[in-house]
Amino acid sequence: MSAVTDPVPAPRRRRGVELAMLVFAVLIAMAAYASVGLALDNVLPPRMLAYGLGLGALVTVAHIVVRRTAPYADPLLVPLITMLNGLGLVLIYRLDIAEAAAARQSGDPVPSPDATGQLLWTALGVAIFVGVLLLLRDHRTLQRYTYTAGAAGLVLLALPGLLPASISEVNGAKLWIRIGGFSIQPGEFAKLALMIFFAGYLVTKRDVLSLAGRRVLLIDLPRARDLGPVLVAWAVSLGILVFERDLGTSLLFFGIFVAMLYIATERTSWLLIGLGLFLSGAFLASRLFSHVQERLDIWLHPWAGDNPTNDAYQLVQGLYGLAQGGLLGTGLGQGRPEMVPFAKTDFIIATLGEELGLTGLVAVLLVYALVVERGLRAALAARDPFAKLLAAGLAFALALQVFIVVGGVTRLIPLTGLTTPFLSYGGSSLLANWALVALLLRVSDSVRRPAPQPIQDEGMTQVVSR
Amino acid sequence: MNKPLRRIAVACLVLFGLLFVNANYIQGVKAEELRNRPGNARILIQQYERHRGPILVDRRPVASSKETRDQLKYLRVYRNGGLYAPATGYYSLYGATGIERAENEVLNGTDARLFVRRVVDLITGKQPKGGAVELTLNDDAQRAAYEGLRESGKAGAVVALDPRTGAILAMASVPSYNPNPLASHNSKEIQRYYDRLEADPSKPMLNRALQNTYPPGSTFKVVTAAAALSSGGYKPSSQIPAPDSLPLPQSTHAIQNFGGSSCGGQTTLAQALQISCNTAFADLGMEVGEDALRAQAEKFGLDSQVEVPMQSAQSVFPSGMDQAQTALSAIGQYDVRITPLQAAMVAAGVANDGVVMKPYLVNEVKAPDLSTVERGQPEDYERAVSPEVAGQLTEMMKSVVAAGTGTSAQIPGVEVAGKTGTAQHAPGEPPHAWFTGFAPAGDPEVAVAVVVESGGNMGSEATGGQVAAPIAKAVMEAVMAT
Repeated sequence: MSAVTDPVPAPRRRRGVELAMLVFAVLIAMAAYASVGLALDNVLPPRMLAYGLGLGALVTVAHIVVRRTAPYADPLLVPLITMLNGLGLVLIYRLDIAEAAAARQSGDPVPSPDATGQLLWTALGVAIFVGVLLLLRDHRTLQRYTYTAGAAGLVLLALPGLLPASISEVNGAKLWIRIGGFSIQPGEFAKLALMIFFAGYLVTKRDVLSLAGRRVLLIDLPRARDLGPVLVAWAVSLGILVFERDLGTSLLFFGIFVAMLYIATERTSWLLIGLGLFLSGAFLASRLFSHVQERLDIWLHPWAGDNPTNDAYQLVQGLYGLAQGGLLGTGLGQGRPEMVPFAKTDFIIATLGEELGLTGLVAVLLVYALVVERGLRAALAARDPFAKLLAAGLAFALALQVFIVVGGVTRLIPLTGLTTPFLSYGGSSLLANWALVALLLRVSDSVRRPAPQPIQDEGMTQVVSR
Repeated sequence: MNKPLRRIAVACLVLFGLLFVNANYIQGVKAEELRNRPGNARILIQQYERHRGPILVDRRPVASSKETRDQLKYLRVYRNGGLYAPATGYYSLYGATGIERAENEVLNGTDARLFVRRVVDLITGKQPKGGAVELTLNDDAQRAAYEGLRESGKAGAVVALDPRTGAILAMASVPSYNPNPLASHNSKEIQRYYDRLEADPSKPMLNRALQNTYPPGSTFKVVTAAAALSSGGYKPSSQIPAPDSLPLPQSTHAIQNFGGSSCGGQTTLAQALQISCNTAFADLGMEVGEDALRAQAEKFGLDSQVEVPMQSAQSVFPSGMDQAQTALSAIGQYDVRITPLQAAMVAAGVANDGVVMKPYLVNEVKAPDLSTVERGQPEDYERAVSPEVAGQLTEMMKSVVAAGTGTSAQIPGVEVAGKTGTAQHAPGEPPHAWFTGFAPAGDPEVAVAVVVESGGNMGSEATGGQVAAPIAKAVMEAVMAT
């Protein structure tokens, strides 16, 4: 608008906006932290300043690196995930206190607090975020490693399933690698690697895959021999389900692949084929595998028993927690979120809903929706197909994961067990999701970066790109 | 690729939309239902999260909440549990009784009268503290009643009222129970004690003062006399027939006096009450008639339930009786049933110049800081008899204690009015012993009713007086001493 004299206005970087929003996000987290302390002990938590400064310092580093390496990137993404991460830290801190109190009452040993660990994981998450931005100056570099990423993703995905249960099994699901006191969920990183692979692979194969085969009921079906990739993805998903007993990752993995396939080929038929495969797979699994059948039973009949030995106990307790929260919540520190098993990981949404109410839950969901929206916006604006696919995949993966885990806890869909991005306790999830946002920023930066200016006015032939 | 991308964006919107709708459904629409599900332990924990206000007697707590270290934050503790249990009731994981139930909203702080103070709590996010309930009970009178009943070795009940206001000064029931194990946070302990109480044939959890009805026996003669005097056809000095045996119309039975004693064939109404002559009152009942008797009984509060705020059982004066049944009812037998509370209301009505006051147990509702929120207001229940008749009845009842069947209730230096009763209730069982009365007769401070189950002796009307009257005396003395 002010560009009367300047024919090509330079896009605004809006890094100042990002900084202001970051301060705001850190303040929200600190206010939440103060609220917990005031409710529980009537005093501000002793380490409030250290905690706030710690989080603030971490995201300041992230901000500076963004300024340097991705100056045109979307200014909203980092503040949004900072808020989620900060709120997650507060919820975990709050659950630490509740679990310690519950243990003291019952005479059990007091569990070691997790909030400090989560702050450490946050630091590592930011480190990975910074690392991605520094090392990956152009997202197209990734395209070169399409098949490497694919292989790495598959290995990471399959590893826990192949390892002995003593190393990989926690609570019935084999998705861990535990070495010493240290445990990681390779599936979280596999998700990223596989999205890079999908994007690279689909970019090269999209022309073939979108070739029309027979036309049935107004839908162009693909050729039978092109069904290979989707069938492989389907088989891998079922493999995760069978060998690792992880419904959530299985569903997420297949959902991401089908969505990216659809975007790449623009063929609705792939969506229908994907849906058909999903339904038949779900049907088969529910018939063949007791752990799938059990999840379905819990979903359909959660009230069969309210006692602690009942399978639906966790879901029911989560629902009670949400109901207790109602519209406005009990207030941080004033609910009983520790009554829900796994409140820090799979069920952190129940804690959120109990203490911050529907209002807080919807607000957090809106933050997720905003992150997804910013990601999809980057995908829409992206010029090269690889960036488009990658950004769309990353954004959709986040949306689908949030849907699966929140839908599961609120009994919209069967409970499958995934972490809630940025909120749940757990290093792998945090690290992988910070990396995910770094990739989104990288794409977003390339999209909004002004096109290289022609050097000479006459002749637009010579274009220099960095 | 932008077209499918836009559709994927729409799909994401739909996914989030579904989450929003579902979250609203769970936390908005269904929240109330979920919160109140029987298996939901949170609601209980939340109730126990609040500092429940105390129940006070003479400004000292008889029920209070103590902070614990277990999952339920406050434990309800009862001082001298059995003594006050009929009034306080208990507050357990499975429900509450007595004042704990009737005044639950005050005690847990949700009562609207405490609202202004709660607003502050709402803002600070603190769990509101409950208000306190001060009872009308007189600690000394309550103890006298409870100890007297326990010393009798029988089951029974005592109710003492302030005749001028209706305030309940004593409400004892024996055997009693200890509310503390029922208030425990250990469900097994609760269940064990509860089962034991339930299995006990003496029914310790029954509040006999309020919730049990008994045949009133001769204490009902006060009502019969009131009906006769109010009819205008009788004076205390009126001569009435008093045969040794009164044949009942349309029946082969005859009414005898206790132990087959004689009332002299003819006597005054006052004398008949003083010696509790059955034949004279049975005959008088037939003369006055069923309708007049019932009307009088109802004016004293029979046939209705009273809320003190716990609801009393309903006393009964039967209807559609023949002459023989009317005769028996006039001496408090046949199907006439009365709660000790209502027996006390009859005495209190006479004492208060004929006006029965509505009985109440809550003297004051206090805010958590113990400032007064509301006081119990004396309320007229009904005018039972005219002041003249009340005066006549008082004189007659004075002579019962001075020189009749109720001499055991005499208090040195104080004029006591009263009436004894010995009520048959089951063949072969000793009769219930009754005493109702008030003191001082000239300016009554306390009206009392005492029943001792199976405490009498069929041989003598005076036994009722001997067993029940001393307890009444002790209670009246305790009230007058304070």
